[in-house]
Amino acid sequence: MSNVAANRIIMTARDIDRILSRFAYEILERFPDRDNLAVVGIQTGGAHLGRRLVQKLEKLEKRSFSFGILDITLYRDDLALEKDQPIVRKTDISFELNQRDIVLIDDVLYTGRTVRAALDALIDFGRPRRIALAVIVDRGLREFPIRPDFIGKEIQTIPEETVRVRLTEEGEPVDQVVLLKED
Amino acid sequence: MQLQSKDLLGLEGVTKKEISLILDTAESFREVSERSIKKVPTLRGRTIINFFHEPSTRTRISFEIAAKRLSADGINFSTSGSSFSKGETLVDTVKNLEAMQADVIVMRHGIPGAPHLIARNLDAAVINAGDGAHEHPTQALLDMFTIRRHLGKLDGLTVVIVGDIAFSRVVRSNIYGLTTMGARVIVVGPPTLIPVEISRMGIEVLYNIDEAIPQADIIMILRIQLERQGKVFLPSLREYARLYSLTPERMKIAKKDVLVMHPGPINRGVEIDPRIADGDHSVILEQVSNGVAVRMALLFLLAGRKEFNKSE
Repeated sequence: MSNVAANRIIMTARDIDRILSRFAYEILERFPDRDNLAVVGIQTGGAHLGRRLVQKLEKLEKRSFSFGILDITLYRDDLALEKDQPIVRKTDISFELNQRDIVLIDDVLYTGRTVRAALDALIDFGRPRRIALAVIVDRGLREFPIRPDFIGKEIQTIPEETVRVRLTEEGEPVDQVVLLKED
Repeated sequence: MQLQSKDLLGLEGVTKKEISLILDTAESFREVSERSIKKVPTLRGRTIINFFHEPSTRTRISFEIAAKRLSADGINFSTSGSSFSKGETLVDTVKNLEAMQADVIVMRHGIPGAPHLIARNLDAAVINAGDGAHEHPTQALLDMFTIRRHLGKLDGLTVVIVGDIAFSRVVRSNIYGLTTMGARVIVVGPPTLIPVEISRMGIEVLYNIDEAIPQADIIMILRIQLERQGKVFLPSLREYARLYSLTPERMKIAKKDVLVMHPGPINRGVEIDPRIADGDHSVILEQVSNGVAVRMALLFLLAGRKEFNKSE
């Protein structure tokens, strides 16, 4: 592979945890209707982050919140363009979406295409009252008119770079966000 | 990871990795059928033609539902009332289907190898939905999927398959698939319905069902093909039922948590007692539900990718 010498850690485990804690407070402030609040994480990074976020919400409020996992593969707009077929993972939304306030969470916001697919997928499950978007990293370079409601960190990137959110749930030794550069 | 061939013509030669990919993908597609809106946009604009040259209820409808739930355009075509009666050849017919931009052709045909013949002549993906007494790969895949959902694995399990081993395409696909996945297969039936050299497929043969049942983690009952019984394979259906039917008495010697399967259609009271077919061990209708998920997975894996063979 190409040169990966220029990798840079842009967030540590502590940063990620603080961001999720801040998200929890901000979400509770924005959505006072606790009974109708639910979190949906986008496979796979967003699913892990969503689970952590729900734990924080539950700790603060001492009650449970609905949590779902969404796989957007079946809604992608580039399936017929990819040579390597993506793996279809599980979607698990076992609660009613109608009239709920949904916080959709993902690790990195980039072109906006994943979020577009996720919105279409969510709407196939029902008619939420509101959908808000939370992302750990917004790296810019949008191709669709999509903006996040809760942002961990904004960074300037170029298309040749990759932002990777590494999480212990996926077997990484520590949580961190790295910026990978390729020649 | 993707399937190596543009077609699914049989499970002979399909690798463990590929079978696992299909079963894992089917696991994700099961959820779509449980939603209130049972549809995803994945195969929008793809055309899937069901070309059935023999009667079918389950398989044809299952493929049709699978295509619709993926938003593909599914078209059913049966040979009665078509230009077949005017003498058009099979290859010419399917070339015409392909000229109308069909992406997948699902074919059932009475002659073994018919899907293979058309697959060689087309760029479109071909799925074998049963060719004569040869293979019926999607049935075997849904059988394996059902077993895996209940028992968590296939490796190391003992599957006893009872009935018409000679004429069943279901059994051949299951033998290829199950042995590839590491299961042990025992076939049971009257000697007239068991081909002499079938043990060369890496399986065991028994003629007495009562010797096989206690070993089984899964008992798979095959349909006695009544339409073939004008010939001399069985003295009478009554005798067959007495010697081989899965009855409550025989179930007493089975393992406690044995699964009972049947690919359908069932001849009640011939190869299986209705009390067993509808009983606690039976997963027969679940096999049918799972068939849709498995066929959705296959259509996705074969039609969802970048056009396969075409030069760019």
